[in-house]
Amino acid sequence: MTPFTTLTAVAVPLLFDNIDTDTIIPSREMRSTGRTGLADGLFAPWRYSDVDQRIADPDFPLNRPEAADAKLVLGGANFGCGSSREHAVWALMEFGITCIIAESFAPIFRANCIRNGLLPVELSGAAIKAMAWHAVTVDLDRRLAINGVVTHAFAIDDEARAMLLEGLDAIDLTLKQGNAITAWQDADRQSRPWVYLEKRL
Amino acid sequence: MGLTLFDKIWDAHRVADAPGGTALIAIDRVFLHERTGAAALKSMAASGRSVADPARVFAMMDHIVDTRANPLTGLRGDQTLMPGGQAFITETREAAQAAGITLFDVTDRDQGIVHVVSPELGIVLPGLTLVAPDSHTCTQGAFGALAWGIGSSEAEHAMATGVLRLARPQSMRVTFSGALAPGVTAKDMALALFAGHGAGGGAGHAIEFAGEAVAALDMDARMTVCNMATEFAAFTGIIAPDERTFAYLAGRRYAPAAFDAPYWRGLCSDADAVFDREIGFDAGEVSPMVSWGTSPEHCIAIDAPIPQGPARAHEYIGLAAGEALLGTPNDVAFIGSCTNSRLSDLRRAAALVRGKHVAPGISKALVVPGSSAVKRAAEAEGLDKIFVQAGFEWRESGCSLCFYAGGEGFAPGSRTISSTNRNFEGRQGPGIRTHIASPETVAASALAGCIDDPRKAVTEMGAA
Repeated sequence: MTPFTTLTAVAVPLLFDNIDTDTIIPSREMRSTGRTGLADGLFAPWRYSDVDQRIADPDFPLNRPEAADAKLVLGGANFGCGSSREHAVWALMEFGITCIIAESFAPIFRANCIRNGLLPVELSGAAIKAMAWHAVTVDLDRRLAINGVVTHAFAIDDEARAMLLEGLDAIDLTLKQGNAITAWQDADRQSRPWVYLEKRL
Repeated sequence: MGLTLFDKIWDAHRVADAPGGTALIAIDRVFLHERTGAAALKSMAASGRSVADPARVFAMMDHIVDTRANPLTGLRGDQTLMPGGQAFITETREAAQAAGITLFDVTDRDQGIVHVVSPELGIVLPGLTLVAPDSHTCTQGAFGALAWGIGSSEAEHAMATGVLRLARPQSMRVTFSGALAPGVTAKDMALALFAGHGAGGGAGHAIEFAGEAVAALDMDARMTVCNMATEFAAFTGIIAPDERTFAYLAGRRYAPAAFDAPYWRGLCSDADAVFDREIGFDAGEVSPMVSWGTSPEHCIAIDAPIPQGPARAHEYIGLAAGEALLGTPNDVAFIGSCTNSRLSDLRRAAALVRGKHVAPGISKALVVPGSSAVKRAAEAEGLDKIFVQAGFEWRESGCSLCFYAGGEGFAPGSRTISSTNRNFEGRQGPGIRTHIASPETVAASALAGCIDDPRKAVTEMGAA
């Protein structure tokens, strides 16, 4: 996973509440079983005035010239709600987005962001609104989002911060505690034997 | 201070604490489906990792399978209407077989929507942790399990390690006191919650649904309530198991014959447990609810005027503030999905449409049973004939048109009344305007050809 340390980028505003993962990447744009080939379908219903012909809607913020090479998106409350599809995060990252600043995130989407190296930052609606189309610096180590002369501190739990900063693989990290997991399961097998199934078809 | 039900299950699964406030939580069951299962299993294999305990991992074909059987053979194959969809099915099958997990294939007797089938087979049990790369996994919280939706990477994590790294969510109790009025259902309870507290209202919380109106619900209806917890941005929803829960599960294929261990009998919140948040409703005050906009929080009592919402939502749905939902003509009626496609849902809808016919303006009326077992049971009662005679199509089990994957769709611009869970822009297809409601409201609206209140017909039936 690519580490996230700092980012300075134009903040592209998508200032709606409840932007759902069906809008971020519609089911019909998930055409292969892999994690790639998704950027083209990112925000397809909003980004294209004709989805089938892929005609760009010039009014959609990510299509504006200022948004070329976009890396940072702004959103409203409950960003990423709906389907758990991790394709939403894969599509955003393939498009080049590495940070989203929103009022709040839906829980599954937020976890998917952290597992893939996309930084979710929560700030107030007023702070986010003031960032639209500005060059914003996000410093994960110091947990700061800087919009010109205004600096906002943001909260992120220590583990998520460490994993993003170092680009850690969560599974590798957990497997280091493999002995503790095995010991726990051995004990649990005695107290809750019904949890552990024989293969039965 | 006492413990909540959530506390008890969380603590029983805490393997170790990790630095930074997260815990390693043991995962008892993982369920995959064909839409994302192949991606997770292939990615694991590419990383040189394997499934730690394949006997506790299951996979289902439900999301994009064709819901039409071959008319000659009565069977379904791998071909599906979604362009390129067949690869999701075949690759999930190959990856599942290679990983040695239990697969419920397209033609399996036990095929169906994962959250409908898991309880049917006793895969979910009270006090378990169960995860699936599907947001509606919270449905299974109805059995007193801690069940929640995750992404593909987390599914890999759970399969490879047997645990997930989690920050402890806060606790919330949503209490429904009193009793529901005739024609008002579990679905309406959930929609009333979002209408009152917003689609983000449950963010960061594991929610226990409680109160006499919840205890009075049958298992199917409890699943409907918990199913919708994800539309509230909750970590999950859960209902304390009771005798009804244990009786439902006992003896099912993957369940024990009896639930007598002290662990199971203690699965309830202590009387002195303190929740981080409490919300209360009088169930008797809940009306049939229908969505008017493009978020599940855009819900109103069926006879209320549409409120002022985001301009984008009004524009998409084509209804202005102050207009009535009641009487709004609809083109499509859909009964299905993990929210409302179980046998009791189909029985209640069938009772309303028996001997009647959908209105001429309805271009498509569809019933998709939640599982192959539900379909067989419904057919044994003759429900299929009631629906077909009323002008509904009767399909094989699957997720169907709860979402549009690019295959079968509704006519462009259709307004649907749907027993599903999401009324997002484009969820059921480009430009499709979705109104979510209970199966009763869908049935009544199919007959009327416009959004219609089911209470009158339900009350008349009760009197007859």
